[in-house]
Amino acid sequence: MSALDTGPARAAGHGNEDELDHDTLHITVGGYVTGFVLSVILTAIPFWLVMAKIFANPTVTTFVILGFAIVQIYVHMVFFLHMTSKAEGGWTWMSLIFALVLVVITLSGSLWVMYHLKTNMMLPSPEQMRNMP
Amino acid sequence: MSDSTATVAPGAAGEAQSLRFYDSGGHHPENGTLLGFWLYLMSDCLVFASLFATYGVLGRNYAGGPSGADLFALPLVAVNTSLLLLSSITYGFAVIEMQRKRQGATLAWLALTGLLGAGFVGIELHEFANLIHEGNGPQRSAFLSSFFTLVGTHGLHVTFGIVWLLALMAQVATHGLIAANRRRLMCLSMFWHFLDVIWIGVFTFVYLIGSLP
Repeated sequence: MSALDTGPARAAGHGNEDELDHDTLHITVGGYVTGFVLSVILTAIPFWLVMAKIFANPTVTTFVILGFAIVQIYVHMVFFLHMTSKAEGGWTWMSLIFALVLVVITLSGSLWVMYHLKTNMMLPSPEQMRNMP
Repeated sequence: MSDSTATVAPGAAGEAQSLRFYDSGGHHPENGTLLGFWLYLMSDCLVFASLFATYGVLGRNYAGGPSGADLFALPLVAVNTSLLLLSSITYGFAVIEMQRKRQGATLAWLALTGLLGAGFVGIELHEFANLIHEGNGPQRSAFLSSFFTLVGTHGLHVTFGIVWLLALMAQVATHGLIAANRRRLMCLSMFWHFLDVIWIGVFTFVYLIGSLP
């Protein structure tokens, strides 16, 4: 599939409309189809792994599925969102990395703190849990 | 990298000097809307991070009630995931038609995207209604509270996306593919794909991992 030809638009002056044409020169049908096919595969395999209980150990399954999710998110970023480190002078990339850092802190921090909290507190027995008001 | 050269003639006495300015070469966007919207999406990411963290902490607190393995119908979730994924690609085709300045084709692909999105929300509402009807609503356990909040917030985002999509379709039908509409379509494009990215997290963390023992 050939990339879209926006030559005439580029030759014109720098209006707002040319911004979009410049920045989106690399959008092609082939790109979307590739991204779609990859996403389907990266979705189907995790579903299959869980539904068919392929791995006996659920921890293994968990990490494998997480790996697939990360790869698929990357596929979405590249093929659908056209994320590059050059877009908007690198600010798109920078803000994404920053947001990801905060997300990692939020997720890992919450899990870590709450796990330790639960471990260090004496939890009621199942019977006490059932009889709670 | 490109560099620009300026020639300065400092008054009558000196000879002309060449000053070299180094420019990164990247053009500066005249309109900051797309970056601004991206920054909004990053903040939305943080909202979802909090909801994911909450689900991560509370997702196994069943309060003696049903677990994910008991409740989740994975084939239906697979259908939902496919609908959302398809809607992403149909929106992509809409953007391509927008660039080709073909108004009718753009509207057609947008309509298809909206229908697929509506299908997604419909199936999700059906799932929620079933759970609530069986007594497994958000008040049943911390697991279910965090489940409904996370998945419900995502569904709410998709719903607003559909409303926005309908509004944009009306605008495009009325005013055509003017620059403002094209910019808004690009913003909605980012929003729509972002929601699919979040859904990858949801079906992985909540449905698939939640179905594991």
